[in-house]
Amino acid sequence: MTEQKHYINAETTVKSWLLTVDHKRIAILYLLSVVGFFILGGTAAILFRLDLMTPQGDLLAHETYNKMFTMHGVMMVFFFLVPVVPAVLGNFLVPIMIGARDVAFPRLNLASWYIFITGGLFALAALVLGGVDTGWTFYTPYSSTYANSNVILTGLGVFVAGFASILTGVNFIVTIHKMRAPGMTWFRLPLFIWAQYATSIIMVLGTPVIAITLLLLVLERAFHIGIFDPALGGDPVLFQHLFWFYSHPAVYIMILPGFGIISELIACFSRKNVFGYSFVAFSSLAIAIIGFFVWGHHMFITSQSIYAGLIFSILSFIIAVPTAVKIFNWTATLYKGSVEFRTPMIYALGFIGLFLVGGLTGLFLSSMGLDVHLHDTYFVVAHFHYVMVGGMVMAFLGGLHFWWPKMFGRTYNQGCAVFTAIVIFIGFNLTFFPQFIVGYLGMPRRYHVYPEEFQIFHILSTGGASVLGFGYLLMFCYLPYSLIKGKKATANPWPATGLEWEQTTSPPPTLNFIHDPVVTEEAYAYAKKNEEFYRQAIPAESKDV
Amino acid sequence: MPDAASTFATQVDIYYYFLIAVTLFFTFAISAALIFLASKYRRRSQLDRPQEVHGNNMLEITWTIIPLILSLVMFFWGAHLYFIYAKSPSDAMEILVTGKQWMWKIQHPNGNREINELHVPLGQPIKLTMTSEDVIHSFFIPAFRIKTDVVPGRYTATWFTPTKTGKYHLFCAEYCGTKHSEMTGSVYVVHPADYETWLSGGGKKESPIDTGKRLFTELGCVTCHHPNSGARGPDLTDIFQHKQLLQNGKEILVDENYLRESILNPQKQIVLGYQPIMPTFKGIVSETQLMQMIAYIKAISQKPEIKDQESDISNLKIEDNQKLPLPLGEDKR
Ligand code: HEC
Ligand SMILES: [Cu+2]
Ligand SMILES: [Cu+2]
Repeated sequence: MTEQKHYINAETTVKSWLLTVDHKRIAILYLLSVVGFFILGGTAAILFRLDLMTPQGDLLAHETYNKMFTMHGVMMVFFFLVPVVPAVLGNFLVPIMIGARDVAFPRLNLASWYIFITGGLFALAALVLGGVDTGWTFYTPYSSTYANSNVILTGLGVFVAGFASILTGVNFIVTIHKMRAPGMTWFRLPLFIWAQYATSIIMVLGTPVIAITLLLLVLERAFHIGIFDPALGGDPVLFQHLFWFYSHPAVYIMILPGFGIISELIACFSRKNVFGYSFVAFSSLAIAIIGFFVWGHHMFITSQSIYAGLIFSILSFIIAVPTAVKIFNWTATLYKGSVEFRTPMIYALGFIGLFLVGGLTGLFLSSMGLDVHLHDTYFVVAHFHYVMVGGMVMAFLGGLHFWWPKMFGRTYNQGCAVFTAIVIFIGFNLTFFPQFIVGYLGMPRRYHVYPEEFQIFHILSTGGASVLGFGYLLMFCYLPYSLIKGKKATANPWPATGLEWEQTTSPPPTLNFIHDPVVTEEAYAYAKKNEEFYRQAIPAESKDV
Repeated sequence: MPDAASTFATQVDIYYYFLIAVTLFFTFAISAALIFLASKYRRRSQLDRPQEVHGNNMLEITWTIIPLILSLVMFFWGAHLYFIYAKSPSDAMEILVTGKQWMWKIQHPNGNREINELHVPLGQPIKLTMTSEDVIHSFFIPAFRIKTDVVPGRYTATWFTPTKTGKYHLFCAEYCGTKHSEMTGSVYVVHPADYETWLSGGGKKESPIDTGKRLFTELGCVTCHHPNSGARGPDLTDIFQHKQLLQNGKEILVDENYLRESILNPQKQIVLGYQPIMPTFKGIVSETQLMQMIAYIKAISQKPEIKDQESDISNLKIEDNQKLPLPLGEDKR
């Protein structure tokens, strides 16, 4: 029997990978690179978590500690969380899910990866040349005047990597508008696509602002042009406004694609269409839009006018509503379904629980009076890790386990995977829950040495982090192992609806489909009656059969 | 729970418990719903046929409205607390705070200075006027539930009324470089009598207002802001917290940040009816001296009896001078 031809074995030279314009191969390139950055950021976290076991911080020097948490933040935010779902799963799935043979601009897509890598190399160079100690937020005038570390190099790295985001965003917007298969109307799109679409809008509108902001920072630092430093006639708080104008929406760049994944998983493993499809779809857009007007909630105690603060606060509360609507709809999707506890579903359920806590604790920080106390404490650290790691990373892992057979044509060991998911869930909670408590007790973030009464919480946290790290380590074993020894996956192993499952092989051929699909049905038509298994589309040739 | 040692702390804690209750309710309700639905409808055989349920608009509206109302309640309550935090009572005692990498410098109204320590009398409202000599810091006393950024190039303020004697943590909460985590100190809340004793210790000192007055003469401010100088500069008595008309037609409220700008960048905002002849004092006065001069200007606005011969310019007739060119014909006082 001859081996089936697909995108992985179509060509095997290194050059064929480095010069590929196939969106699926670019997704794999991105996957490898973001995993690399994740390992770097994770290593930094291991170091400072161990260091925090003692109140005097015995392991690291002050400088090193500061560089470690900065590196952790920069790597995880700009080089892992922002690109991980759009550039990996999005790149792989957006064209296939809408029935296209590639993205609208395949060459730009490849360019985006090279730009991303260039940005990453800048950041790595900054690291090798001694690191940077400003925190990932680069607040001025510390970063522009006082810091003695590689601020310029890191700033340029993030600046460059931003263009990769913009290109991915533009590519998705055009692809989703222009390249949907016949019959794939907007309201037949899988919710993953809606989420990618909303995310792309933020990437295109928001990223230029952070790019300009960091450029201004670099200009001030290199040429002493007074922009942010009051000693040069600048305004230090202006930086914070510009920075958060991007970085708050960036939170949604990081989480919206996760929402999209969760919708897919919940639908598939409860064999139901997503409850309130259009509410879930439009809540993504609502979040993307309102998300641009809440940045000031990071500045309640930074001499911002009270009235500006009021607007930022009320909008931050209002944006919680579409988020809550999503959670309610996912829960309701289970109703009268047929729920199956496979690995991706376990991640999805874990996601809902953790994201719920992350979201609700966000309300504590949106409220002006309480934020005065909680701002810049471990409460904030716990909150955004619940959203970013408990939310986004869980969603990504759920998605990765869901589409793994499709991407690589192999299945992983289910027992191992379920066990790992549970280890990660427990480890995560052990790590970050104590931080809510120590935060309310008053422990400020970014503290290398701290009062002894907080030690117990840090020991719990570090213990939890070891469990969490062990979970990730297991994954780094069984997933690669599956590529070599895993059972061959069928085209639709779960089985699920959606073009990527019904209309193509695992892994898909280079041009995605043998026959272009024609969409005849809404998304998630799992429960359509009198059919053994309902399909969303049919191959073009068999249309009139 | 951390110590709650100020009036504000108690108010914040009540709100905090309310939010905790809401969080627990939703977390448990939704987790319970998930577990219940997932086990009730778990797949029993591959032949299971789920029912098609598309959605329910009534339900969608309900679970939009309820969170909306709840979050508005939280918003108003939180905003109410913030208004308390933002407005210091008029009888507050003012203490000056300067942050720099990596220490807190503090000066009491009688001139007592301390570093990384803050002594305050029980029950007395305290207002802190703060600035930074270098980067942004943040003044944080967890037991009082207050925190305010300390920003170079401007003044910020915060206040509290301590309600429990004891020793409490003082932290810098905004990352400010290498020894950020060592920019810490202690707040001592003591009985008013003990505070008086503490004040009287520590040798010869000059109150910020007196220093400010001395600087006023030493730096030559009096030559222009003086009755006998031909009124080259405006009257500085009674300007604090009053409206001032500027040459560019704007009217602004004189506060600490305006006074600061007037001394460091006099050309930026010119008072209506005057020439831009005032020299800048940037680089000549330190942050501490600046604060002391402003304390003096504030003092001659609030308590006329502090005025003495040199600065008593109330009999000068520059009032008319200022009123003449008023385009809108309004009274500025
Ligand atoms: C050469 C004369 C001169 C000297 C010396 C001088 N000033 Fe002035 N000052 C002026 C004039 C003229 C104005 C009004 C025009 C303007 O706003 O710049 C003014 C305005 C001000 C204002 C704003 C007043 C208002 O009503 O808004 C303040 C405050 C002030 N000066 C403080 C000081 C202090 C403190 C010093 C000493 C460190 C000082 N000045 C020294 C001439 C002077
Ligand atoms: Cu935000
Ligand atoms: Cu600090």
